[in-house]
Amino acid sequence: MTGKAVIFHPETHFVRFESLALDCGAALAPVDVAYQAYGQLNAARSNAILILHAFSGDAHAAGVDPKTGKPGWWDSMIGPGRAFDTDQYYVVCSNVLGGCRGTTGPSSINPATGQPYAMTFPVITIGDMVRLQKMLVDHLGIERLLAVAGGSMGGMQALEWAVSYPDRVAGVIPIAATARHSAQQIAFNEVGRQAIIADPDWNEGNYYGTGRKPARGLAVARMVGHITYMSDTSMREKFGRRLRAKDKYGYDFSAEFEVESYLRYRGSEFVNRFDANSYLYITKAMDYFDLTNGSHSLAGVFDGVQARFLVLSFTSDWLYPSYQSQEIVRALRSRNLDVAYCELPSAYGHDAFLVEVDEQADLVRGFLARTLRMQAAA
Amino acid sequence: MSAAGALDPVRPRRRHSVREILGRSDYAIISELIEPDSRVLDLGCGDGALLAWLAENKRVDARGVEIDGEKVKRAIAQGVSVYQGDINEALADYPDQCFDYIILSQTLQETRQPLHVLREMLRVGRRAVVAFPNFGHWSVRLAMLFFGRAPKTRLFPYEWYDSPNIHFLSIDDFELLIARERVTAERAYFLAGHRTVRALPNLLAEVAVYLLRR
Repeated sequence: MTGKAVIFHPETHFVRFESLALDCGAALAPVDVAYQAYGQLNAARSNAILILHAFSGDAHAAGVDPKTGKPGWWDSMIGPGRAFDTDQYYVVCSNVLGGCRGTTGPSSINPATGQPYAMTFPVITIGDMVRLQKMLVDHLGIERLLAVAGGSMGGMQALEWAVSYPDRVAGVIPIAATARHSAQQIAFNEVGRQAIIADPDWNEGNYYGTGRKPARGLAVARMVGHITYMSDTSMREKFGRRLRAKDKYGYDFSAEFEVESYLRYRGSEFVNRFDANSYLYITKAMDYFDLTNGSHSLAGVFDGVQARFLVLSFTSDWLYPSYQSQEIVRALRSRNLDVAYCELPSAYGHDAFLVEVDEQADLVRGFLARTLRMQAAA
Repeated sequence: MSAAGALDPVRPRRRHSVREILGRSDYAIISELIEPDSRVLDLGCGDGALLAWLAENKRVDARGVEIDGEKVKRAIAQGVSVYQGDINEALADYPDQCFDYIILSQTLQETRQPLHVLREMLRVGRRAVVAFPNFGHWSVRLAMLFFGRAPKTRLFPYEWYDSPNIHFLSIDDFELLIARERVTAERAYFLAGHRTVRALPNLLAEVAVYLLRR
């Protein structure tokens, strides 16, 4: 454990695959994947970790972007001496299928028409995302991943990995995740989608190249999202009833409260970096996610799974509540699988998986070290 | 094992004796009882010290259950698979006979339904290891006789109102129970401090450790 602050500037790499068969029956051809990699793959190719990003993340998980100067979305967890220690491990993160940050998605050009796919993009699933990630892992020559890890939608992908490719992954770290989207989770996603669809500038998804985009709808969707990522406590502590730049009510509808101004800022900022159609497709993929395929028996899904698991949840996360993680843990236990679980104390709500670094780091570090030892002994 | 160990930055390099690490005589007995390469579940495992020792020194597949989140975090940080939860609920999820040993060390007297826990342990594990403080020890008897108050001794250091112990049992009580349940005691160890008690365990032993099977 070294505390050195090494600033590194990762590059985004691209790889093209001929075609990808999808759960909906369609196929995408070709498919591009954007990914970043940190650290060195060892000679035995046994130290590779795949990091799986959440809904709005991208391949830039760690290091400082040489162009924008921004740190990666999980930079505090990944790097030299950090929880995912790049001095020891080879860490890979790719943008998900359907995304808008380099991997093929609805904003990509459909080679058959020369136009962006827009709403002709096929509907995708978490399983499709993982199938594409597996093609990337094959491409990188990695036989067996030491671990797959991610929070929120990243945690769902981690679970999908464990079930779909049981012999390709030794350790699985789903954080603040679920084995199936609940009615409440679907409901919030649907509000976001309807906000986009109701924006006239969405134009049935055909807004690319028009100079217009459904910025209002996408911003509202993101505002709702941000509310669900926080907790009552974290919002009270962060904003309270404070007014912005004034001490009296203006009796109007400007962004008076700090919380209003914060949400508006987050919403408009999101519009600059995210595609509205990607929002529709990726949220739909999350909503379809049900590891049991509707069979209701989660335990049976883990028959044949060999990986060991570290499951984490957070006390104040009401979007992906602890009971959903505990459901996963119970199912793993019923198949006598090796599972560690902790409900970590946090006031940050669902955002905790991104910000509670100290809470998570030692657990991840201990789990990875043990998994590496077991793999070396096997 | 040593080559793999060199990869692990978490593990201490020097080999400590089990007593040195764990500082508990019942842990020392348990660590000797457990066969190498077995599958072990420790109920109420605390920060996983015993499990970590067993994994390191006996190549045991070590799992644990602990209710206290801070202890769970320390256990996972040293690479032990512990999950935060309640003992009763945890046992219920497991299939029959999936562990070689289920350990319950100094916790039986804290469980709400000790008999249920014992039965579950012998369902989930081929063997159960149970350690408990002996309420029949002479110091407890004397304290009760002379002061007429709930015991507060080295063995039972809590005031009655903040004690985690909700059932008080002696070695004889336990013997009666396992006889009635037709459980076989393969071995029994009686301890006073770090010494082994040879005679009159119900009077002289502070802690008993049983290795049980159906």
